[in-house]
Amino acid sequence: MATRSYDIKSYTGFLQITLLCLFVLYAPLIVVAVYSLNASDSIAVWEGFSLRWYADVFTGAESAKFKVAARNSFIIAIIAATVATTIATLAATAMVRGGKFRLRAWSFGLISLPLMVPEIVTAVATLIFFNSIGFERGLLTILLAHIAFCIPFAYLPISARMQGIEDTYEQAAQDLYATKRQAFTKILLPLMLPGIISGYLLAFIISLDDFIITNFVKGAGVETLPTAIFGAVKQGIKPNIMAISTMLLGFSILMVLISYLVSRTDKKS
Amino acid sequence: MSLENPNAIEVREAVKRYGNFTALKTISLSIKDNEFFTLLGPSGCGKTTLLRMIAGFEDVSEGAIFLYGEEIEGLPPHKRPVNTVFQNYALFPHKTVLDNVAFGLQMRGNSKADSRKKAGEMLELVQLSQFANRKPSQLSGGQQQRVALARALAPQPKVLLLDEPLSALDLKLRKAMQLELKHLQRETGITFIFVTHDQEEALTMSDRIAVMSSGELQQLGDAREIYESPRNMFVADFIGETNLLDVSVDRIESGQAVCHLDGGHALTCPAIEDVTAGLNVHLSVRPERLILTTGPDTDTGMKATVRENIFVGTDITTLVDLADGPQITVRTSNSARGNERIFEPGSPVFVNMEHGAARLLVD
Ligand SMILES: Nc1ncnc2c1ncn2[C@@H]1O[C@H](COP(=O)(O)OP(=O)(O)O)[C@@H](O)[C@H]1O
Ligand SMILES: [Mg+2]
Repeated sequence: MATRSYDIKSYTGFLQITLLCLFVLYAPLIVVAVYSLNASDSIAVWEGFSLRWYADVFTGAESAKFKVAARNSFIIAIIAATVATTIATLAATAMVRGGKFRLRAWSFGLISLPLMVPEIVTAVATLIFFNSIGFERGLLTILLAHIAFCIPFAYLPISARMQGIEDTYEQAAQDLYATKRQAFTKILLPLMLPGIISGYLLAFIISLDDFIITNFVKGAGVETLPTAIFGAVKQGIKPNIMAISTMLLGFSILMVLISYLVSRTDKKS
Repeated sequence: MSLENPNAIEVREAVKRYGNFTALKTISLSIKDNEFFTLLGPSGCGKTTLLRMIAGFEDVSEGAIFLYGEEIEGLPPHKRPVNTVFQNYALFPHKTVLDNVAFGLQMRGNSKADSRKKAGEMLELVQLSQFANRKPSQLSGGQQQRVALARALAPQPKVLLLDEPLSALDLKLRKAMQLELKHLQRETGITFIFVTHDQEEALTMSDRIAVMSSGELQQLGDAREIYESPRNMFVADFIGETNLLDVSVDRIESGQAVCHLDGGHALTCPAIEDVTAGLNVHLSVRPERLILTTGPDTDTGMKATVRENIFVGTDITTLVDLADGPQITVRTSNSARGNERIFEPGSPVFVNMEHGAARLLVD
């Protein structure tokens, strides 16, 4: 059969390689998730099921530190994702609907290049930038840095969505007595909404779990969840770290799920 | 306004250039109030461009466009009392059918309730009331077409622009929509500017037709004029089916040109301007204006041999070879009388032209 030779499943070792990849990807996560439910004080010896480390995260000795860090993380992620998504929406509108302007290819490159720059380089550069303009490090420096690096992440799904929307919709709106602004808010924006939600969730997740840049630009004593976890790990890994990591993982999965559902309901309509 | 009864649209020496490319070359035409006006031409001739200039989506490179006597250049699309039925309908996918139709009314400042009420009446007019709460994607092509029409008509524009609105529909639906459009135009009294590349559609629907090709206006007139008195080779060839024959003019006699075909057949037809003795010109004659007989019926009968009969339902198309001349097409109606004039392939026949059927054309 002609189609058979193209069927990737018939390649030798396909199943083994697939299983290996899945194992490498998910085994560490599963271990962390399982051992977060361990009753033991040790991270390696299983002593039975318990939720004590989850309770410890909220009430234990380190709970105050984690609470402050978590609050910082969520405030920063919400503001950074909101601002970055707004900027990315406007940028996508200009790029996709702005006609053929000079430097268009360059503009696209400029927006998406940060995705390819090693994060450590961005971190050092951002730190040097804040130092050179004499900006005192603290929550605000983290927030500004997060807004900046979230923009390309928010931009990609928004512009992808927008490229699929024909401009005749806005023309039809203007033909029916809508101003350019009304055509944007009443027609284009609702059509872009699934892309905007995806972009927002992506930016939110990226901000929430950023470590390298945050670690460079945060002031002394200011922590976000990832830097607080890192700080705690440096004094030895306790099972409460596994519990907090598992919660973070669960939250990320929830966000991805929402993003998926949004894009799916949209395809149905 | 200076004029008592200004034209709905006047296009005055309008030119449209895209960079170095001239899409419209000095077009001038007037469209009367309450007229069903058609822009007809092959794909790429500039029909959409002209519509978009009237709607306000393209600026005019040179010249001017007037709407009921007022120049509209510079007015953005939302300030022109002109609505468009787009070629791909462009229905808002996230709004219901009712809200699509209500959109223009609402943008014109009507209250939401008022707009919806009027939109409901519009949907009744196009017989889609039962689909008011559906999304456009849940409708068939023909239904979407009617929603687009209702949406464009709802705000009662002064002029309605329709860009090949029926091209995506199948033949039967297209015929039904042609009638419906014509009725809607009469009922609403709105000036329609209809774009099509289908000459048959243009002929059946229009009060007047502007035939365009490569950005130029070729001829403007009602269906009869365009069909029976094409002004040039392009119009004769594009509208309907015709036999184009090369002829030489022998002499002009009291308004008639006496000519002969390459094979020597003599023919007489009404002379036109610019045609003088000795000139090589073209002669256009519609297939249905030719009659086959066994003997020379008139003094213009030309000797020929039947090559093939093609049955096309209402008519029978016969291809005949003129003796020492080109092949020509004859159409005979599929009726008792017509069937007496059908001959087996190979039969010797005479091809006769009805009086006044032939028309001379210069390049
Ligand atoms: N935005 C544009 N830029 C450059 N050329 C264009 C543009 N729009 C249309 N044209 C050209 O103008 C000509 C007329 O196009 P159009 O008005 O769409 O033709 P029609 O509607 O009769 O098929 C075509 O050759 C087309 O390629
Ligand atoms: Mg077109």
